[in-house]
Amino acid sequence: MNTGRGRDGRRNRRPGHGQPPMTGAGLQGARERRVSTGGIELCVAELGDPDRPTVVLVHGYPDSKEVWSEVARGLAERFHVVLYDVRGCGRSTAPQPLRGGFTLEKLTDDFLAVADAVSPDHPVHLVGHDWGSVQAWEFATVRRTEGRIASFTSMSGPSLDHFGHWIKKRMSRPTPRRAAQLLNQGAKSWYVYMLHTPVLPELAWKGPLGKRWPSILQRVEKVPGGDYPTASLPTDAAHGAWLYRDNVRARLRRPRADAYAHCPVQLITPTGDAFLSQRLYDDLEQWAPELVRRTLPAKHWVPRTRPDQLISWIAEFITSKEEGDPAKKVVAAGPYADRFGGQLVLVTGAASGIGRATAFAFAEAGARIIAVDRDAEGAARTAEMARLIGAPQAWGEVVDVADEAAMEKLADKVDAEYGTVDVLVNNAGIGLSGSFLETSTEDWKKVLDVNLWGVIHGCRIFGKRMADRGQGGHIVNTASAAAFQPSRILAAYSASKAAVLMLSECLRAELAGQGIGVSAICPGLVNTSITSTARFTGVSAEEEKRRQAKAARMYGLRNYPPEKVADAILRAVVRNQAVVPVTPEARGAHLMSRFTPRALRALARIEPPV
Amino acid sequence: MASVTSATSAATGERTAELKGFREVQRLAYACAEAVAAQLKPGITERAAARMQREWLRERGVQDWFHLPFAWFGDRTAFVNFRIPLQFFPTNRELEPGMPFILDMAPVHKGFTADIGYSGCLGLNPVHDRLLADLEAHRELILREVRERRPLKEIYEDVDRLMVRQGYANRHRAYPFGVIAHKIDPVRQRRWSPTLFGFGTQSLKGLASDALHGHRDGWSPLWSPYTFSDHPPQPGLWAVEPHLGFRGTGAKFEEILVVTDSKNPQESAFWLDDDLPHVRRWQEEKAA
Repeated sequence: MNTGRGRDGRRNRRPGHGQPPMTGAGLQGARERRVSTGGIELCVAELGDPDRPTVVLVHGYPDSKEVWSEVARGLAERFHVVLYDVRGCGRSTAPQPLRGGFTLEKLTDDFLAVADAVSPDHPVHLVGHDWGSVQAWEFATVRRTEGRIASFTSMSGPSLDHFGHWIKKRMSRPTPRRAAQLLNQGAKSWYVYMLHTPVLPELAWKGPLGKRWPSILQRVEKVPGGDYPTASLPTDAAHGAWLYRDNVRARLRRPRADAYAHCPVQLITPTGDAFLSQRLYDDLEQWAPELVRRTLPAKHWVPRTRPDQLISWIAEFITSKEEGDPAKKVVAAGPYADRFGGQLVLVTGAASGIGRATAFAFAEAGARIIAVDRDAEGAARTAEMARLIGAPQAWGEVVDVADEAAMEKLADKVDAEYGTVDVLVNNAGIGLSGSFLETSTEDWKKVLDVNLWGVIHGCRIFGKRMADRGQGGHIVNTASAAAFQPSRILAAYSASKAAVLMLSECLRAELAGQGIGVSAICPGLVNTSITSTARFTGVSAEEEKRRQAKAARMYGLRNYPPEKVADAILRAVVRNQAVVPVTPEARGAHLMSRFTPRALRALARIEPPV
Repeated sequence: MASVTSATSAATGERTAELKGFREVQRLAYACAEAVAAQLKPGITERAAARMQREWLRERGVQDWFHLPFAWFGDRTAFVNFRIPLQFFPTNRELEPGMPFILDMAPVHKGFTADIGYSGCLGLNPVHDRLLADLEAHRELILREVRERRPLKEIYEDVDRLMVRQGYANRHRAYPFGVIAHKIDPVRQRRWSPTLFGFGTQSLKGLASDALHGHRDGWSPLWSPYTFSDHPPQPGLWAVEPHLGFRGTGAKFEEILVVTDSKNPQESAFWLDDDLPHVRRWQEEKAA
């Protein structure tokens, strides 16, 4: 499934990526040192200014510290970044004998030795992925590390003690839901059982599995190729099997009862993780009181597939602990703040109606907002209000979406100043009503320019940058119930919206392989200003005014608020829904278009009372 | 009752006295709101806040009400999920730091009625500050258009449009009949003044009689978005209450607008009193 495009080339627009790719021997520009502890030599790499707060990145299985290369480079601009190869992995030495050399107690010794070497006076910020997170949970919950850890960011690696309690709770009172959760995680843990067989895993890793692993990662986990995994993979993986054998059975059978975190914890959960159920973290607040939750639509290897998002969340969390106001919440208050916090969201048509409500809903979820509209005052106002309700940053931009050159210019500016857009909402649209025979070419051009070309420009220009970054994203296009509901007075408008709907569906198919979702939102009658600015063809200016007022009044009486459409948009992004009819009439029309299309066609012949 | 509308010079003195009476009771009500707001602290309930207003005013001689005091806290200031009018009545919702609140009361004192709304928040709330600041444009808009003798329905729609432009939702739409304002009249003082669903029966009688007269003459004492408000401003006293809502935060002011039948635009409509908390706040912000 890998498209075979040069993934390294894709990222070279980000700062710090002009360097040549690093080799398996280490990280480009890193200062290396060796730390000895309990007869083991650990290979420790440091990046960034040592006077800054120290971040220790712990890798997982079957990886070496190079799994962090992208994240480490990004963090090194602001922090003192320390990475080390876990014992037995990469260029650290392995314990002899292997059995009993990988217990969590010994791994804790290693961590303390590294922490004392790189940051003797100040506590460090821990970040762990996979087994790195499993062991970091141990560091964050045992007594002897108290005061050495300032914060902990966990991804894809639960504490074995918490896991043990999680299983016990579900075994002791297996309600249907709990039993299902248990079975689900039990199936996801198949590789853990395999790793407990003797010798075979070692043989496999040193033989065919080790050879095929990079291509498996690319194909199944969508991990970009290039400098990862490193050449030491077969021995890393073979030694690492002892992580499981030394700890899993012992800890799951007798989980510690006092595994409470003594530092603030940020949990980043990839929603598409094939090895860990999201339900594992359901009771985590009980173990980590100051828990900050984040969710990421990605598979297991987030340090490779979503480095930018991790850099931003880790940096934000560490900064809030280092210099932030302790009373201020790290995560915004609105719904889905765990998902959209700090993300860059661009909304077109954001000066009013659905666009503005959408910008506000994303702002409440803590996203950074770019409000785009032809109406400068309205866009600026949206940005200003967005900042008030939770957006860390928000900007108003004046652009006509129908103007390709202006959109290109905007995209360049956004790229240079704000970053790559994570969620794009192509919402700008205008209304046009009247008989087809009385609709002039000019009117057609105008409505297609905004409603269709605006969406095309948005998807093409911003979607391309999103795909080029290769770290996922989402595109939302505002279509309309008119896209599947024919009407005798909405030929041009419906045609434009039907085009948007099909465009979205096609684009969804195309971008699915790159982790970019596309949703089409199809609202029915929503109380916005589209009615009072709509063009009514074939009538005098006076009559047009009257019809605008009448339509506005009708929509006002219907009074479906744009805020509900905005909620549907956020939900569609979170669930990656393809087509979302909003309002009962839109859902009804959607059903009728599938099951009773003739009845819908009959309805289309009725002249609406406008 | 109709003396405010009288243009005869003989009635001028009487009118001045009457306006003075209204101004006094409005000031009393705002003093009550400020006194109660100063005493609000975390954990206090809407019911307790309403009781405090009632007691404060009763101690100062108020015996009758246009309506009993209301108090709304948190997202109830924006009438989130209000479906039936009973939801306006104070609940056991507790005040928390940063929460916006609205105190709304309509005491009758010495036969004069006031109906005021006071918005505040407990501690810092930038959204609420912004809403309050943006209410100033509505106060100016309403006065300007009333002086232009525009039909009330159109003024209502213009206020609506301004709210939408500001990014807010119109929350006075949630009031009974969706009114942005209603007429108020002097009330005859009785020894027994019962209330009905929170509204004083004497005042309801006045409103009903206005509605009857208005129905005959083509106007309504309720300033609503509906066709029965499609008439120029009717001389009299109007309690005007634009109410903004923004994602769970609401803010309003309510005060008396005097409408006369004078030909002079300045005298044809004016706010009864410009020395009110929200007006002072805007002036202080401008000065700062």
